[in-house]
Amino acid sequence: MAGWLSPKDPIPRALYLTVSTVTVAALFSGWVLLAHSGLVRTEFLPTPHQVALAAVDLMKDGSLWDHIRASCFVVLMGFALASILAIPLGILMGTFQLVEAVIEPVTDFIRYLPVSAMVPLLILWVGIDYETRVAVIFIGTFFQQLVMIADIAHHVPRDLLDVSYTLGAGRAQVVSRVLVPATLPGIMDTLRITLGWAWTYLVLAELVAANRGLGYMILTSMRGLFTDRIFVGILVIGLLGLISDQLFKYLHRWLMPWSPKAG
Amino acid sequence: MARLTLDRLTMRFRTRRGETVTALQDISFEAKDREFAVLVGTSGCGKSTILRLVAGLLPPSDGRVLLGGHSVSGPGADRGMVFQSYTLFPWLTVQRNVEFGLRLRGMPAKERARVAEHYIGQVGLAGFEHVYPKELSGGMMQRVAIARALANDPEVLLMDEPFGALDAQTRSLMGELLLRVWGEAAKTVLFVTHDIEEALFLGDRVFVMTARPGRIREEIEVPLPRPRTVDMLTSDIFVDLKRRVMGLIREEALRMLDARRGDAAD
Repeated sequence: MAGWLSPKDPIPRALYLTVSTVTVAALFSGWVLLAHSGLVRTEFLPTPHQVALAAVDLMKDGSLWDHIRASCFVVLMGFALASILAIPLGILMGTFQLVEAVIEPVTDFIRYLPVSAMVPLLILWVGIDYETRVAVIFIGTFFQQLVMIADIAHHVPRDLLDVSYTLGAGRAQVVSRVLVPATLPGIMDTLRITLGWAWTYLVLAELVAANRGLGYMILTSMRGLFTDRIFVGILVIGLLGLISDQLFKYLHRWLMPWSPKAG
Repeated sequence: MARLTLDRLTMRFRTRRGETVTALQDISFEAKDREFAVLVGTSGCGKSTILRLVAGLLPPSDGRVLLGGHSVSGPGADRGMVFQSYTLFPWLTVQRNVEFGLRLRGMPAKERARVAEHYIGQVGLAGFEHVYPKELSGGMMQRVAIARALANDPEVLLMDEPFGALDAQTRSLMGELLLRVWGEAAKTVLFVTHDIEEALFLGDRVFVMTARPGRIREEIEVPLPRPRTVDMLTSDIFVDLKRRVMGLIREEALRMLDARRGDAAD
């Protein structure tokens, strides 16, 4: 059975490209039409031209780079701290039921709390400097990473461990030489996905007494009704997310050519 | 002397409802040094559990396993195993996979490479040393798994339906390859399968198991000479043996089916 709508069947490559190009073009022209039609005031929906000009302005005075640098620092710092802790803890949690029993109940509780609910506490505990912003990103990613990585370790095939025992490996060797490498492709995927999530917490993080950063720029632009700058901020965040995603895909292929996911 | 003795091995486990089920009952037999012994039975008869007990991956409820007359407990490199599922380490090349056990023992790199080369050649994969498992077919992966187990020089080779996931053609070729490699390596083998033809083609002795609780129902000598060839599959001796084992297995399968029906009626 063939057809464009039969489940999971591939469609011609040309059709795929056409459809995705048309979708993007349609969205863009919808924006152009709506912004130029006068139906919506440009204070609320700027034209692409205005957004481009705003971007050029922000680049010229160098402030856009400052904002990008500040945001990248916060996101990467929070993400790195979360990953450094979540990877070993997650592996232990997915490997030893005893560790799971210790960590899981707490994690499952915290995981469902909205990060925004923690912000007031963080301000009280950590203060209003960059540490709080980093902490927001950390909380937003760490607990998700922990559960995802534990699940990856949990699903390492039992036979892979058993065959290692029959080749003469002891428990410690089974963990370090078999279990850990077996989790690497999954961990790489988890990092890629959660780095995307880390970016989504940026604006929330920069709500808190920031004086630089893309989220801060978006917030202050709102006060002056500089919608064009808000658009610049949103587009840049999206772009940075896209770039980091591609970077991780590339890293995956480069570091783990053996991984079935490396294509 | 790699004489493998199973002495009244018994395995019981408790179900969630709290009943005690006997999966294996008093399994006793001895595989002689360099013998190819095969366990054959219906699915669920516990034949794979026997291998896990011998490998030391599971502790028996009762009984013991002896290797060369000495009792063994826990897993060890003296009992190598090949699984039905693909168990190559995906992050290691074929050669590194084969060297895995040797590395653990701290064998120098040069010697390791020599041993690996020998066994990779034996299973017909020369030229694939530096390839990752994801590039290999199922049959090739199982050949590497056999090479990996043999390179580690175990006293006994345990094989748990190693060709179970392969198509029929590949399967029979793998059987012949295994016999060639086994002839060279001179190992004691304990092989588990539900495929009667495979069991008779490979084994010196075939142990037919009963359905749950698993017991050894009958021990059958296979009087076919070595080396075995494919045309023996149609010889009178082979066909007669096959008919006999099929009859036994069929009885057990029916008994199992009746028992299930009884369970369902409760």
